[in-house]
Amino acid sequence: MSIAARDIHFAYRGRPVLTGASLALSAGELVCLLGSNGAGKSTLLRILLGLQRPGRGAVTVDGEPLAGWQRRQLARLVAYVPQVHVAPFPYTVRQVALMGRLPATGLLKAPGAADRACVQGILEHLGIAHLAERAYTEISGGERQLTLIARALAQEARLLVMDEPLAGLDYGNQVRLLDRLERLAEEGYGVLMTTHDPNQPLTGCQRVALLVDGRITADGHPGEVLTAAAIHLLYGVHVELLHATDGRRLAFRPTGRRVIA
Amino acid sequence: MSIPVRPAAAWLAASAALLAVLVTAFAVGKFPVAPGDLLRSLAGRLSGTGSGLPAAVDTVVWNIRLPRVAAGVVVGAVLAAAGAAYQGMFRNPLVSPDILGVSAGAGLGATLGIYLGLPLALVQGIAFVGGLLAVAFVWRIAALVQRHDPVLVLVLAGVALGALLGAGISLVKIISDPYTQLPTITFWLLGGLNAVTPHDLAATAPAMLAGLLPMALLRWRINLLSLADEEAAALGVDVGRLRLVLVAAATLSTAAAVSLAGIVGWIGLVVPHVARLLVGPDFLRLLPASLLLGAGFLVATDTLARTVAPIELPLGILTAVVGAPFFLWLLARAGRQA
Repeated sequence: MSIAARDIHFAYRGRPVLTGASLALSAGELVCLLGSNGAGKSTLLRILLGLQRPGRGAVTVDGEPLAGWQRRQLARLVAYVPQVHVAPFPYTVRQVALMGRLPATGLLKAPGAADRACVQGILEHLGIAHLAERAYTEISGGERQLTLIARALAQEARLLVMDEPLAGLDYGNQVRLLDRLERLAEEGYGVLMTTHDPNQPLTGCQRVALLVDGRITADGHPGEVLTAAAIHLLYGVHVELLHATDGRRLAFRPTGRRVIA
Repeated sequence: MSIPVRPAAAWLAASAALLAVLVTAFAVGKFPVAPGDLLRSLAGRLSGTGSGLPAAVDTVVWNIRLPRVAAGVVVGAVLAAAGAAYQGMFRNPLVSPDILGVSAGAGLGATLGIYLGLPLALVQGIAFVGGLLAVAFVWRIAALVQRHDPVLVLVLAGVALGALLGAGISLVKIISDPYTQLPTITFWLLGGLNAVTPHDLAATAPAMLAGLLPMALLRWRINLLSLADEEAAALGVDVGRLRLVLVAAATLSTAAAVSLAGIVGWIGLVVPHVARLLVGPDFLRLLPASLLLGAGFLVATDTLARTVAPIELPLGILTAVVGAPFFLWLLARAGRQA
């Protein structure tokens, strides 16, 4: 099970955003897509999800062109987890997660007992069953992100495409969510997430891809891809990479900034 | 934010309240009918043997009160359901069913009809067509503008066209005869069920019910339109088509309701809100709750409109006078509990 975008070109109001980007996601891997603000990370995700048609290039699902898929069929293969947002109405966590059953629900029907059982299992698996009757508008950012993941899992899709899942979460919730995503990858889900923090892929991601000037300039193991030179290319700042005594990479730190502690 | 209540008990209570409102509406008025006489008249009608009551009682119950109460039930239910659907799909609890210009279009049609001295049935027909045309026009404009959020473009186009049609209504009011036509126009623009005949009701009910049907059948899916378009699409929703079907359904039923009862404000805005406070935002429950509350609220208000003052008061005034304080009270109560 995999989805792949090849040689994607896309322009927004005449301004080129993507100029030949290629990226693939397979079941069982956790992939980080790194890029600066406005680099086109979200656009590339939308194109992968079939929500945006590329100007040139092709997206394939298991080798077949994406254009041949119906929205509902596609929703059972690839799920989109948007950035945590504020909802206009106070749906409960359970009601939000149940919306993920749409691809399995007939046009004039509502989710039934089997769908409810499926969602209950997912909420328990993600450790948020105790929040089921709480309003989505009244829980924390980390809990909302888990709710949106529950909705994605309810689609029974094996591939999850996540837009900045860590943005807006506090440090503890970021660490816990990364743990959760890693475990989902171990369970066989393919997870693609965007981020702009180069330190996040240093823990847990098997693969990291860099989006620079509309193309994927590097795609591979974090140990090979994440170098000080690559970060300078991405963000235009000079960084040094801090290593542990055993040689493992720990974190990037901007050079030229005073060290206070 | 929803007030926790036991579902079965709440539905039972709401149905009982609606029944009480209906009985009261049949009983009170310039010609009061005792509840016992009401039952006998009903029994007489059902058995076909006659009620044995004075003919005037049967006439009041079946020829005067019934069409009016039935119109109140359907119009209230339709406006509340359309309001709930619109608030969901425009992701905004402050939206009413006339946000896309259906009332303004119907209003201009009706005022023109009255100004030209047309018969009432024709005025209603023009109002109906005017409402449909206004929304179709707004939809067409929004389809031409592709650069922005489609929901925002729809609302902005609706507001702009509404202002234009409002100017047209004002113009017709100024040039109309201030002694014969203007009071009729004003009364129509504030809504009322006083002129409803069984024939009017029969002519408009099919359109109102035809509009309600898709909303009722697709009610779980309306939930998904309150998500961002791309989010809903990624979940497998054909967003554009679903929105078109629901806008068409809500417009059809609202235009029919407005052509029958004039522009009864406030119900489509506030009843869904009250329903949401009571049963939560899920349309599986929100839609039936809005139907019940809308029907009960409009019949209750109409009953007041024809009993509290020596003259018949326009409905639009009373829906606001009764509805606004109740709504504020409920809002404060829910705020304390949350």
